[in-house]
Amino acid sequence: MQQTNKLTPFFENLNFERNDNTMVINLGPQHPSAHGQLRLVLELDGEKVVKAYPDIGYLHRGIEKMAENMTYNEFLPTTDRLDYIASTSNNYAYAHAVEQLLGIEIPERAQVIRTMLLEVNRIISHLFFLATHALDVGAMSIFLYAFREREFGMDLMEEYCGARLTHSAVRIGGVPLDLPKGWTQELLKWCDTVEYELANTYEKLLNENRIWKMRLEDVGVISAEEAQSWGCSGPMLRGSGVQYDIRKEEPYELYSKLEFDIPVSDRCDSYGRYRLYMEEMKESIKILRQLVPMYDKTAPQLMAHAPQYISAPKEEIMTQNYALMQHFVLVTQGMRPPKGEVYAPTESPKGELGFYIKSEGEPYAYRLKCRAPSFFHTGLLQEMLVGAYIADVVTIIGSTNIVFGEVDR
Amino acid sequence: MAQHQVNYASSAGLPIVLTTVDKLVNWGRSNSLWPLTYGLACCAIEMMASGGSRFDFDRFGTIFRASPRQADVMILAGTLSKKHAEFTRRLYDQMAEPKWVISMGSCANTGGMFNTYATVQGVDRIVPVDIYLPGCAPRPETLQYALMMLQKKIRRESANMNKNRKQNLRLI
Amino acid sequence: MRKYTPKDNVQKKSYYTDRFYVVPRVPRSEVQSGSHFADVVNSLKKFVRESYVELGQLIIHIKSTDNIKVLEILKDKCGYNVCSELSAVDYLARDGEFEVFYQMLNMSEAKRVRVVTRIKKDEAIESVVCLYKSANFSEREMYDMFGIVVNNHPYLKRILMPDDWVGHPLLKTYPLQGDEAASWYEVDKIFGKEYRDVIGPENRDPAKIDRYDTKRFSRVGYEVPFGADISDGEKENDIEYSKAPLVDYTKSQKQLDKRK
Repeated sequence: MQQTNKLTPFFENLNFERNDNTMVINLGPQHPSAHGQLRLVLELDGEKVVKAYPDIGYLHRGIEKMAENMTYNEFLPTTDRLDYIASTSNNYAYAHAVEQLLGIEIPERAQVIRTMLLEVNRIISHLFFLATHALDVGAMSIFLYAFREREFGMDLMEEYCGARLTHSAVRIGGVPLDLPKGWTQELLKWCDTVEYELANTYEKLLNENRIWKMRLEDVGVISAEEAQSWGCSGPMLRGSGVQYDIRKEEPYELYSKLEFDIPVSDRCDSYGRYRLYMEEMKESIKILRQLVPMYDKTAPQLMAHAPQYISAPKEEIMTQNYALMQHFVLVTQGMRPPKGEVYAPTESPKGELGFYIKSEGEPYAYRLKCRAPSFFHTGLLQEMLVGAYIADVVTIIGSTNIVFGEVDR
Repeated sequence: MAQHQVNYASSAGLPIVLTTVDKLVNWGRSNSLWPLTYGLACCAIEMMASGGSRFDFDRFGTIFRASPRQADVMILAGTLSKKHAEFTRRLYDQMAEPKWVISMGSCANTGGMFNTYATVQGVDRIVPVDIYLPGCAPRPETLQYALMMLQKKIRRESANMNKNRKQNLRLI
Repeated sequence: MRKYTPKDNVQKKSYYTDRFYVVPRVPRSEVQSGSHFADVVNSLKKFVRESYVELGQLIIHIKSTDNIKVLEILKDKCGYNVCSELSAVDYLARDGEFEVFYQMLNMSEAKRVRVVTRIKKDEAIESVVCLYKSANFSEREMYDMFGIVVNNHPYLKRILMPDDWVGHPLLKTYPLQGDEAASWYEVDKIFGKEYRDVIGPENRDPAKIDRYDTKRFSRVGYEVPFGADISDGEKENDIEYSKAPLVDYTKSQKQLDKRK
């Protein structure tokens, strides 16, 4: 019989009371499979995790504090750096919250473009999930294949807004630019490529892959009640059999006019969530194909008409005195939204991304709270990892799809 | 008989044979720069993209390593928060000499747009930096250019870097 | 004499205030009878102090000691089984209070309710982890950011900031760029206090240029020895920025007042 280990390791004020022969190991904050800067302190009994303690905050940059010291338009590029894998969905969630506060109507073309960008970002984000998750589990070639298609998607975003990663492609009140010529054709081509690769490369390589299934099936099981109690959203929730998608239930933008399905998996494990991500990409492609004909039918207005809050188009600023004056006031002082509070949820690729904004009628938000889905999924880790083997820890972190810009803010 | 002057002083007083060893060693060092996968924030995604299929970092002999013991260059990609700073220093100390640091992106260079309480205002407060790479986030091409610049720098310095490095260590 | 600046709210403020500008309010509406929200308000009748609908979401003001009971009824009777967000707003400067809100979601009805409560500065609030596990991290974040103590929380510790951090960052009294302890945090931790002079204070000026610094900047292609003086006897001139704004708005406004 082994002696009980009496030594208590020093982990910066974390004390584990150990009366059995367990080992405490530290994973992260700089670990290649920690998806950024997750630090996990795991208590192991042999190879089984007895207790898991996710330690976060290694990427805390004070974004909520910055929001209190910036005008509403100034803050928009900062939202790019929240979930930096799908920047536009953050831009949109923020702009959407402010627009609700202002109570303005978005022109139809801007809505079409926004919805397109959101879905392109969803595919980019899901491809990234697939690449890194597969890399963590050990399928290196998927990483190279998925990054190839992702690069083409990034090219589309770059052609539209000029940036690969930090897009800032949405403004409060609309979008800054119209789509470039021929963009929609390229988008359709990309849709075909992704659809083909999904069916013929990724799913063929992974779906029935014996190793992939062995490593993912029945790993990271989370029941529906647990998922709801932990505040899960997005694929984490739908992977547990709860059919709730904010795009369908509380529709924003054009989602009420579009036809798409919400894939649900009742397997509750990592494999179910992986299948869900694949199906969601297919649904996004379906949405994008519906949006392209809608785009041609819309009038070319891009920004909402609300002179008190939003600058007039460039031509008007250059030709009309009053528009110039208002633009000057908006640029130097910032817009002053009405007093009130708003919480606007949107469905980002990771889950429910919402911004709570408390406005006191000043150009600076009194309080801005970003409800990030990954934050709650990280909290879930302390329960989901318990009982798993140490080799499964990486799989579980991968399948929660957490991004640390969003967790720590 | 050709008369040519050999200026021994110009190559730091070292004999000619050693300068060729210099070149040989530097050739080896500069063409197999193994970076540490030090992804911190957004720039890490671009770092991954440059290791991915389109940009293919392996052409430069650059293969990402997960352990600081196997790495030559630390690419600090992203915002370094004050909570994380001590770990950065620890990993830097764990790397074997010779070692270089590329600070990637505005946040790592100066704190960038995150001029807040929680961000280290430039990683050069923590570790000595060789290449500052601007951009938010820099494109993969930029990272590759920075690595080429680092290679150029390595080829120019003497292989026996004790002189330089000691001073560097003293500062921090 | 130095101008007085208030210490209770050091966040950025607008330099321009229009005395005649009346801030509008986001429209609020009464709870319509017969709607889902009316049922919610009815089942919480004992506790509700004020209730209205703002931007499609029901907002309920309650007493801070009732929070567990209210959330329990919301969860068991009204089907609000997700607590999607929980945080606080700092009103210490104005009212000496924190506002704590719970953002609830009913998945079957797709409705959202925000339960709002106020607590005094040194008061604690009861934890709701027993009802919603998602509150575990959120309450820790609230404690970290505001210093609000949560009673009966399983593990109330700082979450985003390091354990030895001084101050609570999201308080309005905390400056954006941090206090003294924050600005030296990483230097003290890694090298020790005696290295403060060697490393120097943080540079918070994004436009600062240090041309002759050969310790930190490598001149690719033009290398010089480490720490060498390359200024060639040239004196370093501090770059001067114009301190005064082109138009002094505060001044002109005073003049306006005098004219009146």
